[in-house]
Amino acid sequence: MSSLWRLTLATLAKDIRLEWRSKDALNAMLFFSLLVVVIFSFSFDPLAEESRHIVGGLVWVAFLFAAVVALNQTWARELRNQVLDAYRVSPAPANALFLAKVLGNFIFVSLLEALMTPLFVVFYNLHVLGPAWQLIPVGLLGTWALVVNGTFFAAMSVRTRSRELMLPLLLFPISIPAVLGMVAGTTAILTGNNPAHFYIVLLLTYDVVFTTACLALFETVLQAE
Amino acid sequence: MKRAFPILAVLTACLLIYAGYQALIVAPTDALQGDVYRIIYYHVPSAWTAFLLFFINFIASVQYLVRAKPSTKRAANWIALAIGIVGLVAPFIPVVAQQLPAGMRPSAIATTIVLIPAFYFAIGKWFPGQALDVLAVTSAEVGVVFCTVVLVTGPIWARPVWGIWWAPGDIRLTSTLVLWLIYVSYLMLRRFSHSAQTHMLAAALAVFGALDVPLVYFSIWFFRTQHPQPVIGGGGSIDPRMLQVLLLNWLAFLCFAFLVCWSRYRLERLHREVEEAQALESLNGVPQ
Amino acid sequence: MTGLPIPSRLPIVSVSNLIKQFGRFAALRGVTAEFTAGKLYAILGDNGAGKTTLLRTLAGLAHPTRGQVSILGASPRAACRDIGYMAHPSLLYDEMSGMENLRYFARLYGISGDERCQAVIRAVGLDPALARPVGQYSQGMRQRMSLARAILHDPQILLLDEPFSNVDVHSAGEMVDLLKRVRDSGKTVFVVTHQASLLTATADEFIWMQAGKIVARSTHFSPAHPSAESSGQQPPPEAP
Repeated sequence: MSSLWRLTLATLAKDIRLEWRSKDALNAMLFFSLLVVVIFSFSFDPLAEESRHIVGGLVWVAFLFAAVVALNQTWARELRNQVLDAYRVSPAPANALFLAKVLGNFIFVSLLEALMTPLFVVFYNLHVLGPAWQLIPVGLLGTWALVVNGTFFAAMSVRTRSRELMLPLLLFPISIPAVLGMVAGTTAILTGNNPAHFYIVLLLTYDVVFTTACLALFETVLQAE
Repeated sequence: MKRAFPILAVLTACLLIYAGYQALIVAPTDALQGDVYRIIYYHVPSAWTAFLLFFINFIASVQYLVRAKPSTKRAANWIALAIGIVGLVAPFIPVVAQQLPAGMRPSAIATTIVLIPAFYFAIGKWFPGQALDVLAVTSAEVGVVFCTVVLVTGPIWARPVWGIWWAPGDIRLTSTLVLWLIYVSYLMLRRFSHSAQTHMLAAALAVFGALDVPLVYFSIWFFRTQHPQPVIGGGGSIDPRMLQVLLLNWLAFLCFAFLVCWSRYRLERLHREVEEAQALESLNGVPQ
Repeated sequence: MTGLPIPSRLPIVSVSNLIKQFGRFAALRGVTAEFTAGKLYAILGDNGAGKTTLLRTLAGLAHPTRGQVSILGASPRAACRDIGYMAHPSLLYDEMSGMENLRYFARLYGISGDERCQAVIRAVGLDPALARPVGQYSQGMRQRMSLARAILHDPQILLLDEPFSNVDVHSAGEMVDLLKRVRDSGKTVFVVTHQASLLTATADEFIWMQAGKIVARSTHFSPAHPSAESSGQQPPPEAP
């Protein structure tokens, strides 16, 4: 078990090092996130009384789109030069590669969210009426939900035509309960009208169920020709 | 079997006509909704048929995934058996029986749950190897068609009766929509994938979809308790004469679905046989 | 890296009626062969003959449609520790240096420390201290680094797909010398190549493939497909 984690961390470190060296993708993603927030602020009047009720949804839709753009790049480096074949012929466990990619995506998407959140607060003059600390578990669990399935479906999409289109096609339907949990939970916390506990439990259940499913089936997806 | 098909087709047609007549003419008019409610005889049996077909797809996908390794196959068999035994016994235990929703008899629940391993072992036996995958694609395609009917007739029914096309918190309609989306994405994966292991990938996606459905249900259920929503389709009891007509229509729809699935299944088998024959020819014949 | 010494008479790799179809196209149409340890096999043939598919099937990257593959008595996946694979794409990260690449791949095989990586890079005639990313290497250097990655874990069996393509004469010569040393140390090497002339002095056996089958095997090389009368071994009878 510990060798799995050592390999996961080694792969993660390698990915972070490579991402840091070519900062293009990072810079482009950061700018893209900023653009999304600005566009949304023009689409919905931030001063309206009801804005607090819809911001939860807006924020997570913005995160979802940023996440999809990031997720589509998950396997790009491994597909260049067929590095994925080198991994497939090695005795290294497939799940080490999977976990490393999920963690890498999780860090990256969380970074984007951390950038976009203050922008939303500024543009929408957000003022949290409920227990603000609960936004952290909702944010972490929600991001994990998107990223774990996203990484898995990105690997599935590798073997399809229209790769970048297949990822959201596969991801969005399955993510609906998680999106409902994230949006309703965030709205509940922002408006303070309802407790968000159930949504946190829902997201936790979702994460556990699908992380297990992904770990069970990733080897099959990796070894598919 | 080939001669059976036209006979069954004629019988099904007669059954559909009879069921339609019952639905439109014979069944009593609803006290609240008037004659508009009769769409229920089209909407609800389609839904039940779609769910059954998706369930078959799920079972076939699980079977397909576990047959790769003997150990996983054995484990899955034991799990199916365990579900059956628990389902048979649990609803009758007093503690559990108290938790059941009102109006649901323990024997009905036991029968429903026992159907899971029954289907599992039946499908495993009658559809060996690649036939499982053919069954999976057949049930998915026909299921999507019936599900589309549900999603189209739902709003058509809702609008004149409840004044709205759609209620996001309506648990049944929204769950059906998500199920439809999942299976359309399943069919897209099959179409777009150029992997030699497309069947395995699709089976994995079907399992993901099946895991998702209860989560969808509960997420909407809780959302509704916080945000009261209109309930499309009404709840509560149903007149026994209407129930009879409903079940009759379901039977007719099931026969129709069976015929369509049978045709599609045969078509897919033939298609694959042709491909195999062509491949065999290229194996033995002149090089490309 | 691996345990048991292999008796040189037993087949180390054997394929039996191997068929690989991609849809309607059959890349391998019933390949049956045995290969013993400690030899260097050169696999020759026209484009589309199935050489790459055969190698990929031996490596476990392609799954046979029908037939058996046995590597050291097990399936390719089970024997993966003893298999080294090199293909036309470099299987290396362009953005990392050679040493960084090998350090990472060493992790996949449970090799710790830098000594092995440095030794292997020197063995292929490159400098371990070179900090240039692999993407900026010349083709010859990239092929050599790719070979280094393949032999990193000291596998019993090397599967090399066109290792000399677009490589300068000097680099190719050095690679052949390295392969000779690897073969002499008891390993089994399979080389798919269009440049059989490079291996005329080194290869123990030449194998010709055509249209998804092995049509001839010989210890001597001749430019055209050898007929049954050619010197050396009798080619196996063609399947009907």
